Amino acid sequence: MAEASLNPVEQFELRDYFSFPHISGYNIAFTNASLWMALAVLGVFLFIGLGARRPALVPGRFQTMVEMLYQFVSDMVESSAGAEGKKYFPIIFSLFIFVLFCNLFGLIPYSFSVTSQIIVTFAFAAFVFIGVTFIGFYKHGLHFFHYFLPKGLPGGLIGLVLALFMIIIELFSYMARPVSLSIRLAANMTAGHILLQIMASFVAVGIIGLFPFAFLLIFIGFELFVACLQAYIFALLCSLYLNDALNMH
Amino acid sequence: MDAEALKLLGKYIGAGLTTAGMCGAAIGIGLIFAAALNGIARNPAQEGKIKAFAFMGMALAEFMGLLSFVVTILVLYVVK
Repeated sequence: MAEASLNPVEQFELRDYFSFPHISGYNIAFTNASLWMALAVLGVFLFIGLGARRPALVPGRFQTMVEMLYQFVSDMVESSAGAEGKKYFPIIFSLFIFVLFCNLFGLIPYSFSVTSQIIVTFAFAAFVFIGVTFIGFYKHGLHFFHYFLPKGLPGGLIGLVLALFMIIIELFSYMARPVSLSIRLAANMTAGHILLQIMASFVAVGIIGLFPFAFLLIFIGFELFVACLQAYIFALLCSLYLNDALNMH
Repeated sequence: MDAEALKLLGKYIGAGLTTAGMCGAAIGIGLIFAAALNGIARNPAQEGKIKAFAFMGMALAEFMGLLSFVVTILVLYVVK
């Protein structure tokens, strides 16, 4: 048998393909993560480009797929962020489709799962968090701080103590947003891929490997569903945070 | 036992114990889908909206279980 690595965590190692000269001690290289991110962008470009070629009023099959995806995200943004949030539809759609393609490409055997790296998902989540906070301050000015103090508290001394606790709790739950957004995506992908590696190691050669292989196929199907669901949840939560910044003040 | 082996023992026992965190997530997801089924049974016309909410709630509840997985990875691979 070939020397197959049964270590389930080894698939997440970054490998340098092409090294640039070190700039002030930092190792800037073209890694397998960069390769698969570039492939995801190429995939998105081809998918939407081929769908938007020769647009017909009665769409063909490929155009219908792209239009369905567009309408799905458009409906989600409109129902979560309101009419004012429609302005921010391009960034939400870009995030959604990039995360979706990165998740899906990570399921190709022998590929690298980009969204399983916490630094990648944290970059997305930090960008959205800072952007949404900036939008909130830009729209409401210093009145944005009223978000942390909900209305309907009783007056007097007990109201003051309650207000203090509410502000601290609301502040912490606001700060937890980029953390939860990034860890949700990264941990889902990491756990899924580790489980896939372990189940793939159960498959033996020959007729005896039929049942583990069938189970592996079903599990890959489940991972496909989780990939799409996690991309949708990421985009939905981003538009919900945008709604919090734009309205509810 | 020497210190290295003791540390490894502690690591493996700790990593195994963190899997107990998944039971909370499992119960939570069960509750979410029980409520979703209840809602669809009472009001079948709202099935689309209820399903959308159920999947969103499932992802948020699953995240809590995955936090215990993150602690497992921390204990196994980050702690020296």
